[in-house]
Amino acid sequence: MEELFRIAYPVASADYTSAGQASTDIKRRLKQLGVGGDVLRRVAVASYEVELNLVIHSLGGELVLSVFPDAVQLVSTDVGPGIPDLSMAMREGYSTANEEARSLGFGAGMGLPNMKRNADEFDIQSQVGTGTTITMRFKLPT
Amino acid sequence: MQEKKRYHSVRLDKDRCKGCTNCLTHCPTAAIRVRGGRAHILDNLCIDCGECIRICDYHAKVAFTDVMANTKAYKYCIALPAPSLYGQFRGLARPEYVLEALKRVGFDDVFEVARGADIVTRAIREKLREPNQPKPMISSACPTVVRLIQVRFPELIDHIVNIRQPMEVAASVARAEFCKKHQCDPADVGCFFITPCPAKMTAIRTPIGQKKSELDGAISMMELYGQLLPHINEMLRDPDFVPATGYGVAWSTANGEANAVCPDNSLSVDGISNVIRVLEEVENDKLSDLTYLEGNACMGGCVGGPLTFENSYVAKNTIHKMVHHMSSEHPDTAVPSSMLNKYPMKNDLPIEPNTAEKLDDNMVEAMRKMNRMNEIIARLPGYDCGSCGSPTCASFAEDIVRGYCTEMDCVHLLREKLKVMAEEMVELAQSRRE
Repeated sequence: MEELFRIAYPVASADYTSAGQASTDIKRRLKQLGVGGDVLRRVAVASYEVELNLVIHSLGGELVLSVFPDAVQLVSTDVGPGIPDLSMAMREGYSTANEEARSLGFGAGMGLPNMKRNADEFDIQSQVGTGTTITMRFKLPT
Repeated sequence: MQEKKRYHSVRLDKDRCKGCTNCLTHCPTAAIRVRGGRAHILDNLCIDCGECIRICDYHAKVAFTDVMANTKAYKYCIALPAPSLYGQFRGLARPEYVLEALKRVGFDDVFEVARGADIVTRAIREKLREPNQPKPMISSACPTVVRLIQVRFPELIDHIVNIRQPMEVAASVARAEFCKKHQCDPADVGCFFITPCPAKMTAIRTPIGQKKSELDGAISMMELYGQLLPHINEMLRDPDFVPATGYGVAWSTANGEANAVCPDNSLSVDGISNVIRVLEEVENDKLSDLTYLEGNACMGGCVGGPLTFENSYVAKNTIHKMVHHMSSEHPDTAVPSSMLNKYPMKNDLPIEPNTAEKLDDNMVEAMRKMNRMNEIIARLPGYDCGSCGSPTCASFAEDIVRGYCTEMDCVHLLREKLKVMAEEMVELAQSRRE
């Protein structure tokens, strides 16, 4: 289906002062578009987690919100470092967050599992040295 | 600008408004525009927080509340003072001094809203024990916070605890007890809330979750303060008087409610921008380990209301000192359980989301508008100066796609355009000469 709306948010590595701004804007825009209820709730959780993951773990990247007639899509891409063991990373409670992130209360190891749980479709591709791409789709009620 | 007129206590005094942009940038829901040299309040977005009343140097933003004369429409009238009223009188030893003063200025009876808070405390505590409650439950006591949730966080509506505000419960009890004692018709009794804020006035005129308020009006603390002051010298002597507990009185300050309702796992937030930040966290499911959330639109809680007289920190201190010497019995035992069955505690209507922020009812059309908004934003300078009359460049772009203004209302774009036109004129003149 045709992409009707798209907006990209650059997310800088370790920029804790702006962390959460992209997901706040995403929620705001979806409400303006009339997306509500359960879908909004799940996008809220997933977009915040994915944005924070970019801040905490990546060397910088981008979060893209796209809206289709039948779905909301979030795609996060980064420029590295890539995840060496994906199955380990998807495990609840497993985290590689550094001291700085942990001192701010992050690093519970729930980010990726939370994204997977909240999205209707979840895909993660990662290559060490290249980067990670996470694609999440949320079906809109018809 | 909107289909249906909604009642609001917060209004504009046209003659005083200079058309400056102070209120514009301070409105938490972007509900103000300056058009034609004066401010306009968008009544589908206004949540009656009163921030504009506080910020306006020209006192052009006002709160409409009842005056004492309005109580004369009833054969009997009962004053229901918010506990924050006690904080207005420095060194006040006991609430009974204020209650007596209220009778002296013309009320037939008084009933403490703090006692309503006691009853509500017990009702909420029972509610929290029910299984499968969303976490955290959010207090329904501050009408501005409830309206904020309706506008900005509609998917959190089911977190709002389905128990009426203390003033509503207090009014039900006050009217029933008065009618029983004096053998009179409930319709002859007017119940007037003594309010620290315009939001409560709006909540009485257009209740959220209730068909009709139990109250008949609200009188501003600011208006009554001067009248009460000379009478704060004697205590109420009434053998039937049931005083509120210290817990109920402390509801007037931030954390008072949270401490009474759920001392071991609650969070109290005050100040509307702080409340917004915490609600974002609830929305992101980052506070689901919390049982209860108390949100106060005003800094310091109700003692910081826009219609209070005393400095909110001093008022808080007065309340805390007074509470220290009051009954420390918890509402769990001070309030008989029969109270909870005898009077209406729950809302009789669902709380509806406010869809005023939606760009269009048709999602495809809404997306078209949002794409246009983004194109416009890219052309705007991004100063958020407010000269166009909208609070930010982004809201200006939104106003354009909604059809309320045009791009040339931006002074910066207009200047650019004039510059180009002037250059074209010069070119044209020169080419003619050649």
